[in-house]
Amino acid sequence: MIRLESVRKVFPGATAPAVTSLSLEIPEGEFVTLVGPSGCGKTTTLKMINRIIEPTSGTIEVGGQDVLSIEPHLLRRSIGYVIQQVGLLPHRTVEQNIATVPRLLGWPRDRIEARVAELVEMVGLEHEMRDRYPAELSGGQQQRVGVARALAADPPVLLMDEPFGAVDPIVREHLQMEFKDLWRRLGKTVVFVTHDIDEAVRMGTRVAILNIGGVLEQYDRPEEILANPASEFVARFLGEERGLRRLGLLPVSSATLERGPVVDVSAGPTEARAVMDRHEVDWVGLLDGNRLLGWVPASEIGSTPLRDLEPREFLVRLRPDDSLRRALDAVVTSRTRVGVVVGDEGYLGMLDVETVAEEITE
Amino acid sequence: MTIDWDWIRRNLLEGSIWQATQEHLMHTVIAVGVGLIVSFALSLAVLRWPRTYAPITWVTGILYTIPSIALFTFLVPIFGLTSIFTAQVALVSYTLLILIRNIVAGIRGVPDHVVEASRGMGMTERRIFLDVQLPLALPAIIAGVRVAAVTTVGLVTLTVIVGQGGYGLFILRGIGRRFLTEALVGTLLAVLMAIVIDRGLVLLERLATPWAQRRRPA
Repeated sequence: MIRLESVRKVFPGATAPAVTSLSLEIPEGEFVTLVGPSGCGKTTTLKMINRIIEPTSGTIEVGGQDVLSIEPHLLRRSIGYVIQQVGLLPHRTVEQNIATVPRLLGWPRDRIEARVAELVEMVGLEHEMRDRYPAELSGGQQQRVGVARALAADPPVLLMDEPFGAVDPIVREHLQMEFKDLWRRLGKTVVFVTHDIDEAVRMGTRVAILNIGGVLEQYDRPEEILANPASEFVARFLGEERGLRRLGLLPVSSATLERGPVVDVSAGPTEARAVMDRHEVDWVGLLDGNRLLGWVPASEIGSTPLRDLEPREFLVRLRPDDSLRRALDAVVTSRTRVGVVVGDEGYLGMLDVETVAEEITE
Repeated sequence: MTIDWDWIRRNLLEGSIWQATQEHLMHTVIAVGVGLIVSFALSLAVLRWPRTYAPITWVTGILYTIPSIALFTFLVPIFGLTSIFTAQVALVSYTLLILIRNIVAGIRGVPDHVVEASRGMGMTERRIFLDVQLPLALPAIIAGVRVAAVTTVGLVTLTVIVGQGGYGLFILRGIGRRFLTEALVGTLLAVLMAIVIDRGLVLLERLATPWAQRRRPA
């Protein structure tokens, strides 16, 4: 879908090229994040795709067409563009901002009207906001308008330059999740620049890690990059919490669950003690069929039937699609040192530190 | 020294106050209008070729500092003692510096990211200028026009020495005849006209820039 071949950019007066010779292929429908330290040419690369910056040499194709063969302003109307400072037109209302590209394309008024209404809903804005000016919106709302505006003419490709960089962390995480959902529904090809490796691996279906001068160090699925960094540079860039980041991408269901120290409430105290001995723990989980009731400490198991005990709650019950990072958190913060996994059908099993560690090193 | 109310009544009825007002306003509007057109053209040159900014502000800066009486005197041999050109060339000259500075600052003050986003959406450079930069520069431009207009109203009172009408005639005659009422009427009406034009432009700015009036409640 987007193809860069031996693309080079030397800014006038610069001693070294911003991008030396970059070749990159971005298949249709992928969410590619470009990440690297400042000076790695990630933004320059992005801006060469819609010719905000003209390459010194090399070829860039979008949808099979050489971008240099299309008038820049016509090319840009077919590519969505979102930047960090949003760049909403301060003198235009939300509605007018979103309608910018459709108007440039000369859509009839009622079609623009309908499209704006659709987009306002799609990005989660209130309809009352349509007549507001950008200065009357919060940072997060402005960024939503920015996304809506980029999507207005339904372009197949979306270029995003640190789009969530200027909003506070809580709003950012929210916008990231929402945007990823939106991407899944719309199936656009997205090129997304960030300097934040966490954002890069969380958002991208593929991650391109760039070194100074636009050198492509690794281009792969995020799990793969975290598991097998291709170079010393990539390993260093991923940082010390590489293992944890990888866990953040893997679901609990990918780990091998154990049944763990659990007994059915119909069992007797003797069997409960046997289970605890076998697992070398001082507590036991109670099941009623498939239903996980909770756990009781060894000290409470005497002659009373298990059914009459009052089990304590597991503070965190994991779902199969939760991340292993969350599972690890549940393990280390719980009294029982395990994470229990419960699906729609009831108890699935539990995992402990060992299980999670295996996934990191795998 | 008392006010001669009868003189005022007579001149109101005979229409000479009204005529002076029209003349004064006409000179002001022509000077600011022509000044705006010239400044706009020069500003476009500055925006396209930034190196021209220094020489343009240098020349208009010198024009601005020449005492007005001296400038009128200098222009008399060129256009004649009672030509409207003698008055207008001088008046227009005085508006240029302030107008060019405000137009250029207004356009340059539009945030880069707004221009970049506009470009990124596929606006042509011409459309970016007309639909984005110019409207956003309006508050700065109108601020310049206000200063230029108020200055010009004051300067027009001096064009009487090169044979033009306006309130200057009352002031000059009043002083010459040591007739307080006439000089005072000319002076106060000039002040009033400056205030009315200034307030009018403020109102125009409010109407033309509704986005700048509304802000998110904190």
